Amino acid sequence: MATTAGRVEAAPRVEARGVGLRAGVVTVAFLVAALAIGLVVGPVHIGLGSILRSALSYVPFLHVHQPLGAVDHAVLWQLRAPRVVLAALVGGMLAVAGASYQGVFRNPLCDPYLLGVAGGAGLGATLAIVYASAAAAGSTWTVPLAAFAGAIAAVVVTYALGRSVGATHMTGALVLAGVTMATFTAAVQTFVQQQHTQQLQNVYSWLLGGFSTATWHDVAICAPYIAVSSIVLVLHRRVLDVLSLGNDEATSLGIDVGRARLAIVVAATLGTAAAVSVSGLIAFVGIIVPHTIRLLVSTSYRAVVPLSLLAGAGFLVLTDVVARTVLSPAELPIGVVTAFLGAPFFAIVLRTSRAAR
Amino acid sequence: MYRLSIAVLAALAAALAVVSLSAAAPQQKHAKKHRYHRIISLSPTVTEDLFAIGAGKQVVAVDNQSNYPKRAPRTSLSGFTPNVEAVANHHPDLVLISYDPGNFASQLRHLGIKVVFEPAANNLEQAYGEILGLGRLTGHRHGAKAVVRSMRRHLAAIVASVPTTRRHLRVYHELDPTYYSATSTTFIGSIYKLFGFRDIADAANGAGGGYPQLSGEFILARNPQIVVLADTRCCGQTYADVAARPGWSTISAVQHHRVFGANDDVASRWGPRIVQFARSVARIAKRG
Repeated sequence: MATTAGRVEAAPRVEARGVGLRAGVVTVAFLVAALAIGLVVGPVHIGLGSILRSALSYVPFLHVHQPLGAVDHAVLWQLRAPRVVLAALVGGMLAVAGASYQGVFRNPLCDPYLLGVAGGAGLGATLAIVYASAAAAGSTWTVPLAAFAGAIAAVVVTYALGRSVGATHMTGALVLAGVTMATFTAAVQTFVQQQHTQQLQNVYSWLLGGFSTATWHDVAICAPYIAVSSIVLVLHRRVLDVLSLGNDEATSLGIDVGRARLAIVVAATLGTAAAVSVSGLIAFVGIIVPHTIRLLVSTSYRAVVPLSLLAGAGFLVLTDVVARTVLSPAELPIGVVTAFLGAPFFAIVLRTSRAAR
Repeated sequence: MYRLSIAVLAALAAALAVVSLSAAAPQQKHAKKHRYHRIISLSPTVTEDLFAIGAGKQVVAVDNQSNYPKRAPRTSLSGFTPNVEAVANHHPDLVLISYDPGNFASQLRHLGIKVVFEPAANNLEQAYGEILGLGRLTGHRHGAKAVVRSMRRHLAAIVASVPTTRRHLRVYHELDPTYYSATSTTFIGSIYKLFGFRDIADAANGAGGGYPQLSGEFILARNPQIVVLADTRCCGQTYADVAARPGWSTISAVQHHRVFGANDDVASRWGPRIVQFARSVARIAKRG
């Protein structure tokens, strides 16, 4: 059994090198194009040439003249640029975390919110919005910190609950503990929300998620966590391949399954919590992006993990562009766009790849 | 003889009718004056209206959001998630609502309680109409008419106090720090229209049913000359917070200190206190 499983998994891995390189180049090009589109498109028209010259004017000794007026400059560098960067960070993080969870739990339906991150963050943010004093509510730190703390607390409880029923061997127990936690936090969150209906609008707009008020401050809050988490997960891509064979096989190949699994789960959770704390709850990215990579490139985590990081970043930047242009100058909640565009796109990928096989 | 008796009877009947009419008339008038004695308001605006027109004494309970006036009998009743039994427990003869989730109103009517729906007004005329309607329901027609007359007179004077050169300012009304705003199709937007201000959210008309979420760069590009913050209580926003937002120092309203931190409650209701709101907006418009 072990040998057949190994042989099935080995096939994509051999071809992964050649295909992976080509796919890597394409994905990087996709991300760069998405970032460029994200910087160019908006209610205020600023040409790509002006953007490049404006960027170059910051490079010392080049003596490029700043071509933009004060308002355009503020729009580009204070509003649009942080928005694009934040969308890229969050999209990459959600996709890579989704891919890792799917590998660790050997379940294709796992998403980054699996262990209660979303419910915990939602509860934390709601409590902060409802109960914070006026001074604290004005601070840009309050809600992200509360969401982050809520997410981490929920996952710690989930993990403790899962372990107490023997999750070290049964990943199913951990998943069930996560579902329990998510349901519980959602109930408390809804209760608090109903008690403070005058804050309903604020809670609701946070839960829907989005980047409409992204600042460099938000980028600075989440970037360190996302960077560390992404690096850890990318370094574990081979381990994920081995883990996908099963516990016994992984152990026989010399891997400390418990420790590897914990490292991956901690990294994915920490990064997801940081992403959620600045962007709210954006669904679907963590499922659709890794599966698209699997269907189009390879099922090996050596390809899926790094490519999900890049493609997720590009995907969320583009969906954010759609979210802010469709009803311009009004905004559309980004979660609506990720699901509305993502679902049909995923259906097409699923159909074409099945047909090719 | 027969004729005489008919005549006498007719005369008697006529006299009786006159007497009974003259006796009944003041009674009927009296009954109309206080038609409902046990009123419950589940709408903060209706509560403000009732007390303004002089019907406050007939109000037995108001919902948990009705925080003005202070003497209103505030209870834990909710206007958003209303409970029929909890409302009926106060034995009301009239329940006033601005929101009707599920079968709330029809269930109350099944219990024999009169329910009147006073939806959110979209302009001043609708708001005046609700105040006059409440006057008729509660027997305070004169009070209601006086309130509406006073509102009209004050608003006209406030608008006239703003010089014509300041009548076309671009205004941005902020509902929360994620840039949800209100167009001139809404009640608050109609107040700005009174001054002749141009509501920058109108560019996003059609999105969000009068309350669209604007993009940050659109606000910067439109460069509003007045910013009204209706998120001072919910979200602690102040002039300093707005001025510190990235890029907002370029906005005319920030440079000329034309940022008005409004009372969220007053700015989101369609009651008599809108006059105070308009007065503050006029003061800001005249500044700088």
